[in-house]
Amino acid sequence: MHHNGPVGEREDQQDVTVSETVRLFDANAPLVLRSGATLAEVDVAHETWGTLNAERSNAVFICHALTGDAHAAGWRQGDKRPGWWDTMIGPGKPVDTNIWFVVCANILGGCQGTTGPSSTNPATGDPYGLDFPLLDMSDFVTVHRALGRHLGVERWALLMGGSLGGMQVLQWALEYPEDTDNAIVLAASSRLTAQNIAFSAVGRQAIMKDSGFRGGRFLSEGTAPKKGLAVARMMAHITYLSEEAFSEKFGRAAQSGELTPNFGVDFAVESYLDHQGEAFQSRFDALSYLYLTRVMDYYDPFAAPGALDALAADAVKFLVMSFDSDWRFSTEHSRRIVRHLEGAHVPTSFREISSPWGHDSFLLAIADYHETIAAFLERAATERGL
Amino acid sequence: MGDTLRPDLELIAQLIPQNSRVLDLGCGDGELLQLLMGKGCTGTGVEIEPAALVQALRSGVNVIDLDLNTQLGEFADDSYDVVVLSRTLQNVHKPRDVLEQISRIAVHCVVSMPNFAHWSGRARLLTGRMPMSKDLPYPWYDTPNLHYTSLKDLEPLFRSLDLQIDRCIPLNARGEAHVLGNAAANMFASSAVYLLHAQR
Repeated sequence: MHHNGPVGEREDQQDVTVSETVRLFDANAPLVLRSGATLAEVDVAHETWGTLNAERSNAVFICHALTGDAHAAGWRQGDKRPGWWDTMIGPGKPVDTNIWFVVCANILGGCQGTTGPSSTNPATGDPYGLDFPLLDMSDFVTVHRALGRHLGVERWALLMGGSLGGMQVLQWALEYPEDTDNAIVLAASSRLTAQNIAFSAVGRQAIMKDSGFRGGRFLSEGTAPKKGLAVARMMAHITYLSEEAFSEKFGRAAQSGELTPNFGVDFAVESYLDHQGEAFQSRFDALSYLYLTRVMDYYDPFAAPGALDALAADAVKFLVMSFDSDWRFSTEHSRRIVRHLEGAHVPTSFREISSPWGHDSFLLAIADYHETIAAFLERAATERGL
Repeated sequence: MGDTLRPDLELIAQLIPQNSRVLDLGCGDGELLQLLMGKGCTGTGVEIEPAALVQALRSGVNVIDLDLNTQLGEFADDSYDVVVLSRTLQNVHKPRDVLEQISRIAVHCVVSMPNFAHWSGRARLLTGRMPMSKDLPYPWYDTPNLHYTSLKDLEPLFRSLDLQIDRCIPLNARGEAHVLGNAAANMFASSAVYLLHAQR
């Protein structure tokens, strides 16, 4: 955890980004959640790329997905790989940091520098555990907005995100359309299906039924539901790729040259999932996984009466995109968002991209996909004389 | 697309009142909608061809990727003032179904259609060859056009769907209003633009 200012040293070396953490809410000005619950201390880890211009008209906010973090692009000291959306964000890339000032923050409830259920509860001095309040999509938005104010940005040129990130963008635009001119929602959903919730539930059960979970007090008790978290990640990962992507990557290949029937890891795909699970439990927190997946399960913004009233009155230009092989949030999820937006006369564009890679396609450099984003942003840049 | 506006689009734009909400089915690179935005109109284009869709986005036109044949149900009843279907009706699988959808989505619609019975086509048929012209430029084996009609055969379809013809503007091969107007349009018009309204 890096709660105390810059991590790594800012050097003259190019492309080195720095995560900073700022306390945006404290005992004097606590964060009031949608539920009415409050959090007396909220720290937010964030990174920025590019330069905010004098008119403050070139700011882009990137919302990350379930297991993402503030490190969306570039390299930090000691990184073995660049940020998770480095193909999208950077000089000359679709979100061109020569033009745009780009901000990404770890979300509330996360575990990559922003306050979450494993953070210390100032009232007790112990980690919150399950005493951390349940969150709502709009709570993420509240914290993002506070970060914007801290950075001197109250109006964004663009909000952009994929999957859970896209859901935050949608919520933000619905609640505070005056905050942005453009919104890009990728591979997202405005209402999880029973199947989505089922997968989510099994992942949580794997965590909560792990003997290391200890009713959520595992940090205080020195245990961790590592196996459960790894299983949750392995299963979720299956939903992030398409059947075709698994076949393409692994087929029925043996991990060690030839199949030697046993109950261990024999097929290459098993080894891959095993690795995904292992890598995940060292970087992600089981409680964050519970809290963040639960926000997605309950998210249903268009069900609220008048949900679109504010946005219809102060239009934000939307680009919604989906990927044809995505079976976690299929194209129908995106079409549903489009139907609601377009039906409320919100200026909305939509494109489905053909890609074999499933839900994870939104993280990949797919030519048609990037070209579409670039075209939308080119227009946004031209309109504001950038 | 060249720098100059297609004359038929200019003509279509003139038929659409200022500040209308317009759905342009088969909007291409969004040329018509851009022109209409200049008249205070708002709206959405529908385009399935990737390069055109991206160009429309780049021009600031709202554009939705969907299949006219199967997905017009995405648009709500009476959600637009005018639907435009320019040079596209001949490309859809079931023109009747598409026109039914259109008349559900808006009261007014503008439909343009190439005329298969233009005299040059008739002359070509007399030589034993299938008609080809600037408005029907494709050989029979490689054409997006699934349906061919004369203007005479088009109008009964409109009537059968309770689509009243408010105006019919015959066009020459350049897409300009034909000097002969409606006189012998079925013989001399290369295509025609219809302004229709749905009886409710």
